[in-house]
Amino acid sequence: MAIIKANGVSIRYITGDFKDIGLKEYVVRRLQGKYQVKEFWADKNVTFALERGDMLGIIGTNGAGKSTLLKAVSGIMVPTKGNMEINGSVAALLELASGFDGELTVRENTYLRGAMLGYTRKFMDEKYDEIIAFAELKDFQERPFKQLSSGMKSRLAFSIACLVSPDILILDEVLSVGDGAFRKKSGNKMKEILASGVTGILVSHSISQVRELCNKILWLDHGAQIGFTDEVTLYCDAYEEFLQTRKLPHNRQDVEQLAEDFARRCEEEKHQKQMTQTQKLETLLESSDTEAAVAASLALLKEKRPELLRDANA
Amino acid sequence: MKRYQFLFEELVSRDFKIKYKRTVLGMGWSVLSPLLQLLVMSLVFGQFFAHDQPHYTIYLFCGNLVFSYYKDSTATGMRSLMDNRGIISKINVPKYMFLLSKNVSALINFGLTLCVFFLFVAIDGIAFSPRFLMLLYPIACLIVFNIGVGLVLSALFVFFRDINYLYDVFTLLLNYCSAIFYTVDRFPGWVQTALLCNPVYCYIKYFRIIVLDGDIPSLPYHLLCLFYAVVMVLIGGWIYKKNNHKFLYYM
Repeated sequence: MAIIKANGVSIRYITGDFKDIGLKEYVVRRLQGKYQVKEFWADKNVTFALERGDMLGIIGTNGAGKSTLLKAVSGIMVPTKGNMEINGSVAALLELASGFDGELTVRENTYLRGAMLGYTRKFMDEKYDEIIAFAELKDFQERPFKQLSSGMKSRLAFSIACLVSPDILILDEVLSVGDGAFRKKSGNKMKEILASGVTGILVSHSISQVRELCNKILWLDHGAQIGFTDEVTLYCDAYEEFLQTRKLPHNRQDVEQLAEDFARRCEEEKHQKQMTQTQKLETLLESSDTEAAVAASLALLKEKRPELLRDANA
Repeated sequence: MKRYQFLFEELVSRDFKIKYKRTVLGMGWSVLSPLLQLLVMSLVFGQFFAHDQPHYTIYLFCGNLVFSYYKDSTATGMRSLMDNRGIISKINVPKYMFLLSKNVSALINFGLTLCVFFLFVAIDGIAFSPRFLMLLYPIACLIVFNIGVGLVLSALFVFFRDINYLYDVFTLLLNYCSAIFYTVDRFPGWVQTALLCNPVYCYIKYFRIIVLDGDIPSLPYHLLCLFYAVVMVLIGGWIYKKNNHKFLYYM
């Protein structure tokens, strides 16, 4: 049974200058016939299905409709057309640090957030210490939330949402939270959660992260579905090439072509790099600075033919 | 409902903490404020109406008590959706929770003021009677009515940001139409009947009938009180249901 199933999901947004207007302004504009509401489709006919344990990576440029799709999965928005079947509890990590209350303390915010994610008080009592420890906020528990740095806020949000066992985990650009050390820790935690058989959706601008964590790919562009596939490498290659050339693939051949181009480009770049290295070495040798030349040669050997050095030592 | 009990408790405690955290007097002020208002009003209007109406202070207090609760509950309720837009646009929670939690704060204030009210009733030499228990009925109606108005206002406030100014004007008008400080006996009969179109006045009048007139309102009057409450909450609920997923576009 599919855990998440999207059948031809289309989501329409309304935009226009109706936001933040008052009733008076609305009436005046209506009378003048100037009231305009524009519609635009953030997602057009998106179809995919995820089984238990799947990790879907959604890729696409800004404005591709990724976040809107996530909102439909988490139930904040309903599809205008099509439908979304969800079997299980959803923990959404959408733009983590918002929705906290600056006036409340860290402890109070933790409980409030837990309540909003649908956990019980008993559960929060059990997990609270663990959450604070993971977020490294032990000394800040009674501080008003607004005194925390933005990194700390994100850390707390991440910890609350992760130290629970949802059936479905939605991650929107959240793995780049906190400083290097915390990022490493959160990455490991993520892998641990994924290994436990959770179904996940990841939105990330880091393609290497998508390659590493996901086994399925959904590629969106301006709301349209370019592809839904389990050929992660092929599609990630094609996407990275697309980011360079902005040529949108229309069929499978295009995708393969893009992936090939990408491989060629990588090869070329590697070659280019080697060339520059060799050139550098040649310049050094020509300038007859022996010390530097020897050092550079050794470095190159170490990288390219380490066995030669070992032989020489022996 | 049970699923959201923890959330509800947390929201109530949050609203409570935020409301009182920064004030020295804290909850005391929310009781003191209507009392001071009562003092001023009885000094000013007592000159004109006190000899028509025995126990004028209690008469005034009935009006103030009900009206302040109505005003407090709806004015804070109006902002409940917008104040929580950061949460609503990120997490899927029932939106009426935010309104209900604001209403609880207002209800607690009302409860405290009600205690002071009974103290005043005793001081003013009105004998307590089992009849007073009937007051639970208009209070229950008022709670439901306020939730209904809060639902409508909070939804409107999402769509139109100047509703709060317009509502201030409306509240003032409603205040004058609720016979809070004046007596209605001098008006012709049709005006007295017309006043019953104002739900807040109905609830105030119920209080006065029980406490001052020593009487129990008729059955139709009970039904009228209930009617306003039910209609209001149905309208509000309908608006919420219809716009549940539309609010997001406006936040």
